[in-house]
Amino acid sequence: MNWEVVIGLEIHTQLSTKSKLFSGAAVGFGAEPNTQTTLVDLGMPGALPVFNKEALRMAVMFGHAINAEIGMTSVFARKNYFYPDLPKGYQTSQMDHPIVGKGYLDVMLDDGTTSRVGITRAHLEEDAGKSLHEDFQGMTGIDLNRSSTPLLEIVSEPDIRSAKEAVAYVKMIHSIVTYLGICDGNMAEGSMRCDINLSLRPKGQKEYGTRTEIKNVNSFRFIEKAIYTEIERQADILEDGGRIIQETRLYDPEKNETRSMRSKEDANDYRYFPCPDLLPVVLTQEYVDNIKATLPELPSQKAARFQSEHALSEYDANVLSSSRAMADFFENANNVVKDPKLTANWVMGELSKLLNQEQLDIENSPVNAQAFGELLVRIKDNTINGKTAKDVFQAMWDGEGSADAIIEAKGLKQVTDTGAIEAMIQTILDANAAQVEQYRAADEDKQKKMIGFFVGQVMKASQGKANPGLVNPILAKMLKG
Amino acid sequence: MFEQSISTLAQKLRNKDISSVELTRLFLARIAKLDPQLNSFITVSEQRALEQAAAADALLQSGKGTSLTGIPVAHKDLFCTEGTLTTCGSKMLHNFVPPYESTVTSRIQQAGAVMLGKTNMDEFAMGSSNENSFYGAVRNPWNLDMVPGGSSGGSAAAIAAGLAVTATGTDTGGSIRQPASFCGITGLKPTYGRVSRFGMIAYASSLDQGGPMAKSAEDCAHLMQAMAGFDEKDSTSADKPADDYLANLNAPLTGLKIGLPKEYFGEGLDSKVADVIMAAVKEFEKLGATVKEISLPNLQLSIPSYYVIAPSEASSNLSRFDGVRFGHRCDDPKDLLDMYTRSRAEGFGTEVQKRIMVGTYALSEGYYDAYYLKAQKIRRLIKEDFVKALEEVDVIMGPVAPTTAFGLGSKTSDPVAMYLEDIYTLSVNLAGIPAMSVPAGFADGMPVGLQVMGNYFAEAKLLNIAHQYQQHTDWHLQTPTMAKGA
Repeated sequence: MNWEVVIGLEIHTQLSTKSKLFSGAAVGFGAEPNTQTTLVDLGMPGALPVFNKEALRMAVMFGHAINAEIGMTSVFARKNYFYPDLPKGYQTSQMDHPIVGKGYLDVMLDDGTTSRVGITRAHLEEDAGKSLHEDFQGMTGIDLNRSSTPLLEIVSEPDIRSAKEAVAYVKMIHSIVTYLGICDGNMAEGSMRCDINLSLRPKGQKEYGTRTEIKNVNSFRFIEKAIYTEIERQADILEDGGRIIQETRLYDPEKNETRSMRSKEDANDYRYFPCPDLLPVVLTQEYVDNIKATLPELPSQKAARFQSEHALSEYDANVLSSSRAMADFFENANNVVKDPKLTANWVMGELSKLLNQEQLDIENSPVNAQAFGELLVRIKDNTINGKTAKDVFQAMWDGEGSADAIIEAKGLKQVTDTGAIEAMIQTILDANAAQVEQYRAADEDKQKKMIGFFVGQVMKASQGKANPGLVNPILAKMLKG
Repeated sequence: MFEQSISTLAQKLRNKDISSVELTRLFLARIAKLDPQLNSFITVSEQRALEQAAAADALLQSGKGTSLTGIPVAHKDLFCTEGTLTTCGSKMLHNFVPPYESTVTSRIQQAGAVMLGKTNMDEFAMGSSNENSFYGAVRNPWNLDMVPGGSSGGSAAAIAAGLAVTATGTDTGGSIRQPASFCGITGLKPTYGRVSRFGMIAYASSLDQGGPMAKSAEDCAHLMQAMAGFDEKDSTSADKPADDYLANLNAPLTGLKIGLPKEYFGEGLDSKVADVIMAAVKEFEKLGATVKEISLPNLQLSIPSYYVIAPSEASSNLSRFDGVRFGHRCDDPKDLLDMYTRSRAEGFGTEVQKRIMVGTYALSEGYYDAYYLKAQKIRRLIKEDFVKALEEVDVIMGPVAPTTAFGLGSKTSDPVAMYLEDIYTLSVNLAGIPAMSVPAGFADGMPVGLQVMGNYFAEAKLLNIAHQYQQHTDWHLQTPTMAKGA
């Protein structure tokens, strides 16, 4: 059977506010358990929530970035269930009246096509604490540092049709929230987590199949793998004439499989109702418009500008604008060298290669944009050639200093003195008299093939420093005799 | 000394006729002697009281302080008090000592008042008789076989018996006004949002409101002066300055328009209670007020509406009592579910469990629209009734409760009869307006309270009306016999 996969994603984005969604406690990763808490986060009797207006501003920013309707009146609701790391016995979230309503994103796929993914809503909610099962001799430890940390839950329509498209969509959301500066985007620390709703249906069928929900997948790679695995699992069941059970599943990256967590029958009735401790959040048009007016440049806008302002290809512009950090690096380096094409090639080439090799983010590149730009200046002004530049860059990466210092210390400056080059060529010709004879006897076509040998010898003798632009014509002339 | 007003006591303290330590000792001695008959206190914080009294004396010595400085007060045991046991009348919190202070008790403390202790109450403020306390029922000082009303029954009984000058209470459906009526004292339920709920253990968040209880309206005004005002820690707190509640107590009542809702005088109202209320209304006419019959047509719907909304909120508010972080935890839990179910089954009393179940049901999928949403619609109708009526009249008067205090145990087997007790008080909470209970006479030897309801944020007006009435009557000055025995 030819199956069509239907995917909808819920992305939990941790907003990078200084304090929590409903308390003044600091937000941070890795602090001692239960040190970043107030009475509110601990769910103490009589403690009351106070809404963090910074989270509101961030949510409205996001709404604008995905072309969404902004909820002019949004309402916090309580989602009631018992769990030890949920201190109040309910999570304060938004149900009927979210802060961000319907919107969409145009997602660029690898093959260059664009697909529109609808976004149903995005709502603010508080995170729960953490249950720690290790180191407690069979008991469970509770850490409430994360309790009441602000989350923006972004819910997509079931518009996604492949694992690649899902990943492209999540990457785009990641890029938007980091561009807006409303999330640090650190997936390993849980700043972005994804729930995947997935079902299959025979191609051409209109009705959706029964879906499963894979909870809390926290890397691009795992999202892709979890989707492939779940598609395979569901297809196997359906092809054997079986039935998919609506349930929540967990992706295990080590075994690359999804496992059942709980079925629909065990699902909680969350008894949502408006939180009586918080007033409805009512926005003015002025507030919403002000945020729109001060929105930073978004990835798609930046890509367009890179094409028009820097004459980059669409592909280069998209790659360079895919993350704010990379775009900033590109622009800062280009400000030094003022050669967008050269900068783009080097950022996407050598820099990306070394970052990938060492699995580093561009923010953590040992060579900063300024130093990188200075290296490119030396290529542009012919002080070094491209090949030498790669060695210089490696030395800079290894912490040996600035481009100029390395060029100076290693004597890598190109030889551009015609006399010196002529002398060097003469030595090569003298040492290879037989080849020179052959060359001179050959026809023009053969000569073209043979000249590479002499160029190679010259470059070797000059340790790569001879300017190839000068070597070629002089060599041709001297070979003629 | 125990019968004197805050103004008089404040004067005596200032004149050094008596020190706060002496006054505090006097009240502590009265509690020790009389409270075994009443059970109005859960905790007597003698040490804290004497320390605060000494501090108050020092402050007064330097000529500083407010009218509350050095005055002994009591707090309903659902206001969190730092370092002092706060039980909410429940086994669930039998061991709960908060590491923080509620805004209300903190403000009263800052005004220099002395905290004698924490008063008994219906468990989690759920009840109209104070029989639902883990710490035992409270008795009415006017007749020890009668209930004091609830849920702020401990505060009301303590004031009536002269065990505290004034006390805090909270009112979710009548919990200040009904015990005030039953015990013959004055109580004010302020406009929702006027008094901070921070540190007040929640029963039904959209209805709960703290307020003052005292012998007289003037004393209530003194306490209200300290309690009221915006609090950034409570998002539902009204962001507008509090009035001066003492400034207009003596304004004349000439031209005051009083509305009497016909629904408050229909079937179910004890005729002797009705007589007392009508006599009080006559007194207001003598003071220059005019009286007009009005209608609050949705009064009957207030009971079903309240008994959906309040339990719904309670079912969620009380989820935090799970045995994990504080309060009662069962012995030797087998697993998580066992810990939850046994801790809660052991920690909560019958009435609390009943309301949690009712609220859980009302919020459940498939029932939410029929119960919770419908109750909210009725709530809007009730509010509109009041808004409309208060366009025609300045205040609305009627009884607080259909009867005087009833016998201990007489209604415990009939919960519906118990719920009907609140018919005249619930709608005020649903609308969010302020209302008072003012002692207006006696029926068969038991006190009767007149209810005075006003527009949003009209607390100063209500206190003025009650004060003027009390300048011309002495019902609020009556003292039960048992209180005179010490």
